[in-house]
Amino acid sequence: MSQDKECNDRGYYGEFGGSFIPEILVATFDELKRHFREIKDDPAFWQTYSDLMSNYSCRPTPLTFAENLTRHFGGAKIYIKREDLNHTGAHKLNNVMGQGLLVKRMGKTRVIAETGAGQHGVATATMAAKFGFECTIYMGEVDVKRQRPNVFWMEQMGATVVSVTDGTRILKDAINEAFRDWVTNMDNTHYVLGTACGPHPFPEMVSFFQSIIGKEARQQILKLEGKLPTRVFACVGGGSNAMGLFQGFPDKSVECVGVEAAGHGLHTGQHASRLCSPDATVGVAQGYKTYFLQNDDGQMRETHSIAAGLDYIGVSPILSKMHQKGEARFESATDQEVIDAVKLTMRQEGIIPALESAHAFAGAFREAAELSSDDIIIINQSGRGDKDIFTVADAFGDPKWRDFIKEKALDYK
Amino acid sequence: MLEKYIRERLKTKDILLMTHIVVGYPSLDASMEIVEQMVEAGVDLMELQIPFSEPMADGPVILKANQKSLEAGITVKQCLEFAHKAASRFDIPFLFMTYYNIFYKYGVQSFIEDIAKIGIKGAIIPDLPPEEGADYAELMKNNDLCPIYIFSPTTTDARMKYLSSWGQGFIYCMARKGVTGKETQFSDDLNEYIGRCRTNTDLPIAVGFGVKDKADMDYLRGKADIAVIGSQTIRIVDEKGVAAVGDFIRGL
Repeated sequence: MSQDKECNDRGYYGEFGGSFIPEILVATFDELKRHFREIKDDPAFWQTYSDLMSNYSCRPTPLTFAENLTRHFGGAKIYIKREDLNHTGAHKLNNVMGQGLLVKRMGKTRVIAETGAGQHGVATATMAAKFGFECTIYMGEVDVKRQRPNVFWMEQMGATVVSVTDGTRILKDAINEAFRDWVTNMDNTHYVLGTACGPHPFPEMVSFFQSIIGKEARQQILKLEGKLPTRVFACVGGGSNAMGLFQGFPDKSVECVGVEAAGHGLHTGQHASRLCSPDATVGVAQGYKTYFLQNDDGQMRETHSIAAGLDYIGVSPILSKMHQKGEARFESATDQEVIDAVKLTMRQEGIIPALESAHAFAGAFREAAELSSDDIIIINQSGRGDKDIFTVADAFGDPKWRDFIKEKALDYK
Repeated sequence: MLEKYIRERLKTKDILLMTHIVVGYPSLDASMEIVEQMVEAGVDLMELQIPFSEPMADGPVILKANQKSLEAGITVKQCLEFAHKAASRFDIPFLFMTYYNIFYKYGVQSFIEDIAKIGIKGAIIPDLPPEEGADYAELMKNNDLCPIYIFSPTTTDARMKYLSSWGQGFIYCMARKGVTGKETQFSDDLNEYIGRCRTNTDLPIAVGFGVKDKADMDYLRGKADIAVIGSQTIRIVDEKGVAAVGDFIRGL
């Protein structure tokens, strides 16, 4: 998949993408496009960026052979790309540090961001602390409640976290609120959009920074195995980690599989699956055209996923194009399958995938056994799961954890 | 034609007033009552906003009105019926204001043909720049509807001319950065910006965003052709009830 050639000047990927922005932001986007174009065309920039990522973060992240899971399923050899070992515990930092360098270049002094699971918020707060930017993070009230530990860290790093109480009070509402801030403060502020969605050039730009995942994974698997994988799996919320991995494997012989959040099940209406569910149709919102979970009037629907980071109405226009053209396959995993995948991965490998990433694991586990030992699959572990301790402990129904929380609460009385 | 109507009215008034409502807020009946009061108090044009779940360019007051209207179950069909009724009853031009997805999901061509039939005169879509909406602009013109484009303080002179070449009826000039309904400083900077808007278009100009009282209206007299009051009338309804709208408008 060569998105460079297929993305036209206005940021269209097939019929998806574009830039549906209010007039007040046109000049800001022109400036952003110009600076992004310059860094993308400058080979020295990528060197600066990957040096930064190797000494500030943990890049290249390992590609771990999951020996026990491989034996457990008795099919394909399973490798895990360890974005959980990136600084701040997820792939989000790749995009954020790249945009941070861009902010310095543009001479802006303040960054804002939306966050769902809180990983992108933590990454942005981290980058702001390191580069000395003022930082405000918008987060839906529902997500603030389910991801309190991340809110704590963002605030400790000096960010202001604004709890968004409008709309459905999740990721999409945080995005709207970030745009409202931006249209007021664009002179000194850059909006660090966290995923490969939104108006052009964000899908292209976020994918560009995240391509570091796929570039590394490709080199690593060729070194380890001397051949390419049969399939690569990534979870799909907005789509940035999937875009990151998929770009490393443009080969016809590699099947890219994106796994969306089926929540309580695709038939229940309570899910966040845009590419696997007839509930989603093409629309225009939040500045771009893609598949959205919306009703017949074009009003966005409520979404549900156990993973806050996947709980979103839209999906990267680049992935919509890949879906339409059959360049990638999209599957979905339910909340329950995800919990089971987390349990299995912990027991077998001593690795805790984030609930978001566990969708990719669940999707891969379904197919691993049907492949042969000559086949290789790579699962992108986009983030680490210990941040989800409250959600996971609830889902596991662990009585000792519950007792601990009760006692801890008494300490604070 | 909308432009002709505006120019005619400007022969007898030094500034025209355009107001705004969110259809279905606080209820459909109340919305009609507000329209009636506004028209009787002498409003010259009205924006009817079709609620959208993601009103990115709107500030807290209009955002909340969008949400409440949607929570009460308002549909696009009901908004069209409402507009039909308003346009039949009252002899001023009504425009739709909404986000592009409402048009897109309905089918841009069908939507434009349908709103032309019910007597709407134009539309303002803040998230549809001409680069994304050439077909929209063409269809609007073919159906005698005015696509209204927006100037902002960050819009360059060249781009103002470009937008003006797409627009019909009038140009909507945002008085400042930001979202609807926040405070605006009516200052020399604004004066200079309005002058720049005037230089770059031959269409009448409307100034909105933060216009809220008689002092603001007085400031705009002689500078703009149309003053736009949006969030403030919603605040009046919230604080003093529907019946207070007429007096508020007359006080301007």
